[in-house]
Amino acid sequence: MTPGFLLLLLAGLGVVGFVAGRARALALSRGDARGLHSLPSYYGQMVALFAVVPALLLMVVWLVVQPVVVERNITALILPADIADGSSRDLVMADVRRIAEGMELLVAGRAMSEGELAALVPQPEVLKERLAAAGVALAAPIQPQVAEAASRWRAEMALGQGVMSVAVLALAVAGFLLSLWRVAPAFRARNVVERFVQAMLIGASSIAILTTVGIIFSLVFESWHFFQLYPARDFFLSLTWSPRFGGGSSLGLWPLLWGTLYVSFIALLVAVPVGLMAAIYLSEYASPALRSVAKPAIEVLAGIPSIVYGLFALMTVGPFLRDWFAQPMGLGDSASSVMTAGVVMGIMLIPYVSSLSDDIINAVPQALRDGSYGLGATQSETIRQVVFPAALPGIVGAILMAASRAIGETMIVVLGAGAAAQLSLNPFEAMTTVTVKIVSQLTGDTEFASAETLVAFALGLTLFVFTLGLNVLALTIVRKYREQYE
Amino acid sequence: MTSSIASQDAPRGGASLIAPDERTRRRNASERRFRLLGLSAVGLGLVALLVLVSSVLGNGLSAFRQTYVILPVTLDADVLDRAGNRDPEEMKAVTTLGYGAVMQEALIAALAERGVDTGELRPKEIMAILSKEAPADLRDAVLADPSLIGQRVDFPVYAASRVDGYFKGRVTPETAVRDANISPEQLKLADAMQAAGLIETRMNWGFLTRPDASELRSEAAGLGVAILGSAYMMIVVLVLSLPVGVAASIYLEELAPKNRWTDIVEINIANLAAVPAIVYGILALALFINIAGLPQSAPIVGGLVLTLMTLPTIIIATRASLKAVPPSIRDAALGVGASRMQTIFHHVLPLAMPGILTGTILGLARALGESAPLLLIGMVAFVRDFPEAPPAGFFDPASALPVQVYSWTQRADPAFAERASGAILVLLAFLLVMNAVAIILRRRFERRW
Repeated sequence: MTPGFLLLLLAGLGVVGFVAGRARALALSRGDARGLHSLPSYYGQMVALFAVVPALLLMVVWLVVQPVVVERNITALILPADIADGSSRDLVMADVRRIAEGMELLVAGRAMSEGELAALVPQPEVLKERLAAAGVALAAPIQPQVAEAASRWRAEMALGQGVMSVAVLALAVAGFLLSLWRVAPAFRARNVVERFVQAMLIGASSIAILTTVGIIFSLVFESWHFFQLYPARDFFLSLTWSPRFGGGSSLGLWPLLWGTLYVSFIALLVAVPVGLMAAIYLSEYASPALRSVAKPAIEVLAGIPSIVYGLFALMTVGPFLRDWFAQPMGLGDSASSVMTAGVVMGIMLIPYVSSLSDDIINAVPQALRDGSYGLGATQSETIRQVVFPAALPGIVGAILMAASRAIGETMIVVLGAGAAAQLSLNPFEAMTTVTVKIVSQLTGDTEFASAETLVAFALGLTLFVFTLGLNVLALTIVRKYREQYE
Repeated sequence: MTSSIASQDAPRGGASLIAPDERTRRRNASERRFRLLGLSAVGLGLVALLVLVSSVLGNGLSAFRQTYVILPVTLDADVLDRAGNRDPEEMKAVTTLGYGAVMQEALIAALAERGVDTGELRPKEIMAILSKEAPADLRDAVLADPSLIGQRVDFPVYAASRVDGYFKGRVTPETAVRDANISPEQLKLADAMQAAGLIETRMNWGFLTRPDASELRSEAAGLGVAILGSAYMMIVVLVLSLPVGVAASIYLEELAPKNRWTDIVEINIANLAAVPAIVYGILALALFINIAGLPQSAPIVGGLVLTLMTLPTIIIATRASLKAVPPSIRDAALGVGASRMQTIFHHVLPLAMPGILTGTILGLARALGESAPLLLIGMVAFVRDFPEAPPAGFFDPASALPVQVYSWTQRADPAFAERASGAILVLLAFLLVMNAVAIILRRRFERRW
């Protein structure tokens, strides 16, 4: 039974449960809803909820756990002797999965029956031919043990699926019958339904926690793997980054961190003055007409996806900076550079800085300004000496948030900053960042056993810690130093 | 003290109120400078937006127009359908190579008929004017409609990308000299063909509907698979994030007691909104692909990551709109005997719905443009086959709009740069529509109390 069909069945059971629960409640009170504790539909809802929700949860958990368990069982079947030189357990397991999928295709396409397929397993060459005919081409000849493992895989998956269907349906029917049996005129169905719904709401809100746990777990777990393969000292202290997939690579964090910070610094150098001055002008000087046009227009910049900025950096800003600044000044002839990525990222950050600062400046009470004007200060003196200091903690918070965004930004630097890991001061040279290297180490054919791949998780952890730290710092500053008016 | 003030004020003693003195002039000048600085910052922001938009428009609009060769082909039954029964299954025996030969013959015949001078060019070089994808297109068209056989049809096929580039100004005879894929003679022939009415430039709907194409066939590359993949992911995001997000917000805003646990959840959500997108990609790779064993490049995985990324946005928007419903509504409902759940689901939630939908659409728009996490789950893979219809299609390999842009920028042929910009325009058009819908919803339904 496929999961989709099971889902339909559960939905059907839910509808039947609603009708049956409602009808039974009404029948028990002889068709008079006034004799019931709750409205009749609450009895129906109760039956439907108890029939569907636990069974659905079981199904989801089962679908996640089953492949893990089967994989573990099958992996145990493959002995170290079966793994060819230059291959690895992961590669063999990938073959096993492919063969199992091919077998599934053969049977599903009615090319052969289960019996014929079972007879084929001891004859790997024939099996390979038949698989190739079904569109599953395999490079190396199939080893008998691998074919055996593949057929065990199929068998266990099918068994798991069958057991799951039975278990899910049994749970659904049990919930259905139990709750139907509990229906009685004096039964407080509304209270039960509401408690049930509340439990589901709590479950939904804890997904946020689960996501964080998932992020931390996956980062820490794989980073720990990495540090077992590669010394942590070298990662944190080495000044060179040159991954070689053959081995003997040096994976130092510093060149990447330097590139990240340099790009972010340039970005803030662009975004902070422009964003801040724009916010001040729009909130203190601009006429309502200008404000109603300019504020949304600047905020459009925040809604543009970063891939668009990346393309802008690659096709427009990069060549422009190279032809008009870098080459005439003799600073290099690379279109992708720290400057390119920084300037474009700065444009992207303008709306963050400006709209956050705008809110903060608007929160400064008018009385402070009036007091300053009363003493004879001009408007700009008031802004510089009264409004700005009052808004400073909030503005610093906004800048830190912008910095955290700059450090975590990926597409602009992937397309604009280049891929050369180096420690250089020349802003017109191509440099690379933490995020670029995460992408380049994890895209393409990745094998999870090597330090060159796993380093991406350690980089991810570094990035996560940095951005989280900046955000927490921003929040603390805002909370601690915020002036409380009234 | 007194003396210093007196000495400062001394020059002002006899000054008039009408003519400002030196210090006031300085202060006023500084005021004007400050004001100008602010205005120029605003201007800079607007100019940046303008340059960005015009650069994308300028680079990308040409991707929607394409050079076609209008080829009169006689589809000879003896060659293409030897059995003579018009059965597509049997006609499949004729391969793309067979159709290539038919096209080459047709092209040379058409050139001779219109009196176009082909000069020294060999037939193979003449054939290079057409896209390598052309014979396959003709084959697909014939197999789809066998009644074409035996007729003479004017079949529009793509011109090769260098020829297309020539008519768009990207390729010139000077660059063609150094180009292995095209020669100046071929360009001259293309000019002659245009004069003879064999080549024309028109709207290319294939850019929106065709799948991606390989490095050498940039003219045939389209966004079909990417648009479909993005649509699948948006369905997953909508189905998962709207109910979960609304449920979580209802609990946090209306029901949760003020305790440590609620505090932790709230701080968490604020922090999740600030986690870099790429970290979500790492999460998806480790959790969904390595541990749960979901397939790479599949819209379901992309949809799940984007759901996790969108949830904080939706929760924040939903809580804001729940908060905007005045307490008097709740008090009135509770006062006539409704339970807390009834109050929420019968009164508060319907009133907050427009705000929630607006927030959801904006969240979806953000998810649609997100590319970094998708790079890590294998969505950059070259996918030519359309995914099946949902739900099976959620597990098929697909691409996504922003990722397609990225993978086109990574290819060497400059024709792909034009296509990447074109794809950006498509993406921006979708975002524009979504944002417009959100604004209209807000204007029309949002109530101010």
